[in-house]
Amino acid sequence: MSLTFRLASRNLFQDRLRFTATVVGIVFSIILVTVQMGLFLSFERMVTTMIDHASADLWIVPIGTKCFEDPSLLDETDRAHALSVHGVTDAVPVVIGFTEWKVPSGGTTPVFIIGSNTNTAGLHPWNVVQGNLDALSTPHAVAIDQTYFARLGITRIGDSTEIRDQKAQVLAITNGIRSFTTTPYVFTALDHAQSFMGTSRNRVSYFLVHVAPGTDIAAVRGELLANLSKVEVLTPDEFRTRSRAFWLLGTGAGAALFAGALLGVIVGTVIVAQTLYSSTKDHLSEFATLRAMGSSGAYIHKVIIYQALLSAVIGFFLAACVGLVIVEATAETALPIVMTPLLTLALFLLTVLMCVASAVAAIVQVMRIDLSRVFRQ
Amino acid sequence: MTSPVIEVTDVVKYLGDGAVRVAALRGVSLSLGSGQLTLLMGPSGSGKTTLLSILGCILTPTEGTVRIRGQSTAGARSGDLAKLRRDHIGFVFQSYHLFPTLTALDNVRLALDVRGVRAGPAIAKAKSVLETVGLSHKENAFPHELSGGEQQRVAIARAIVGDASVILADEPTGALDSENGHAIMTILSNIAKDPSRGVLVVTHDPRIIPFADRTIHIEDGRILDDEVPGAAIH
Repeated sequence: MSLTFRLASRNLFQDRLRFTATVVGIVFSIILVTVQMGLFLSFERMVTTMIDHASADLWIVPIGTKCFEDPSLLDETDRAHALSVHGVTDAVPVVIGFTEWKVPSGGTTPVFIIGSNTNTAGLHPWNVVQGNLDALSTPHAVAIDQTYFARLGITRIGDSTEIRDQKAQVLAITNGIRSFTTTPYVFTALDHAQSFMGTSRNRVSYFLVHVAPGTDIAAVRGELLANLSKVEVLTPDEFRTRSRAFWLLGTGAGAALFAGALLGVIVGTVIVAQTLYSSTKDHLSEFATLRAMGSSGAYIHKVIIYQALLSAVIGFFLAACVGLVIVEATAETALPIVMTPLLTLALFLLTVLMCVASAVAAIVQVMRIDLSRVFRQ
Repeated sequence: MTSPVIEVTDVVKYLGDGAVRVAALRGVSLSLGSGQLTLLMGPSGSGKTTLLSILGCILTPTEGTVRIRGQSTAGARSGDLAKLRRDHIGFVFQSYHLFPTLTALDNVRLALDVRGVRAGPAIAKAKSVLETVGLSHKENAFPHELSGGEQQRVAIARAIVGDASVILADEPTGALDSENGHAIMTILSNIAKDPSRGVLVVTHDPRIIPFADRTIHIEDGRILDDEVPGAAIH
């Protein structure tokens, strides 16, 4: 162990109460950032979950569509124009929208309908744990997530209710398809969806375009745009980016999450800075002695930065443990906190940066010491 | 006396600003050579500590020149002065200024660590120097486990371990009883017998005069006399 590291660690651990306060400050700060960023990541994933699970090379969307949940509609006749484009093998219609679900015990609750025919590569429920997709083509059939049983008043597969005064029967059950809007998703066949929402049979929300292998997608997109009016043609990545931009930036949700994370960083930095400053102040005569002995500025900086890094590593380790517990505890909630290896690495680097930045005040203090104090004390 | 290790010429030092500005040194010239123990004596406020600080490159003079091993400190930056201290000067303080969280061995080794000496050779040398000051059996003791005399011996070991050309000691016996004070002065006197380095001791204590090869009296920022027992007055 280097002597600078030994000096730093002993300076740091000498006052255990102060050290504990520092670590607690770092832990709270990093947990706050973890929760905010974990929610951000989770939100970012959830707003594109339908696009992620849809089978499409290109999306034909109504012009000006801001996100997947946008209620604008297309004309069904556009499908024929799309299919006429060279290289397009299919243009699967999808209908989405909000409607009312009658809770069997009384009252109604809003649901978000997703309609797509199961005999096509469209947008179907995944993680089906009871029943099967084919059942959705039978009259009145719907699929819901088991997480929403209580909200929808459903207890088992086969239960019936009404959607917009029309019979609906649960014939497939999924697990883990949760909505960030908290409105339950209800999957059904295309025509059922149109009925449940009162949408005309010649109106749809999107076309999921499939192209033949080896086809130039950019060329297909150009032709689609030329053949169709009042539409946009987006790649899945473009649609994801647009949805994220709308929900995270357009609604202010992302800004709020970032503001919370920033607050965490500021609080953490101030706590660590205050502790390092106070620890350095307590050891000023030692730093003055070091300087009188001719140590370089870099040598002294190293001692202080080691203190900061030690605080960062210990604080981050504890925060990571607490963070894992939080991730586990929220895994089954409507908005689980997501932790990825990249976010973990970013949080570690942020902790280190925060602690090293906090050392600046202490370093400035040491470099301004009146060295002649070594003769006065 | 051999060639000067430190030489100051016509040094003037003002402390404070404006109405509280005082002249701490008023044209001091002296040179310190190796192979001798010099006492710097004078009453409180006479300028002893200010002169010691200037000799040790801790303060820079308002006027006059300072040369360390022939190298002028004029215009030197903080880093240059630190290097001069590192290369040529060892300090011993009245209140020891040991690092309370480090053992005696590590306190001594620290002086080599700041010079960039690797751990292995540094530990060996620090142990050897602790043996020189009679503390090899206390190398793992922390300062609070040592007596005042032992702490001062560790401080002396720290000052000499880097082969400094000059040891500047500020009241090294000031916090010690006469027995320990005598022991410390004996060690410093032995160090001063080394022809490669000199020792300057700032003191009020007349009991240590017998250890001096040279005694300088300072008052009101001026050197009053500079005596070398058995030689002509400078």
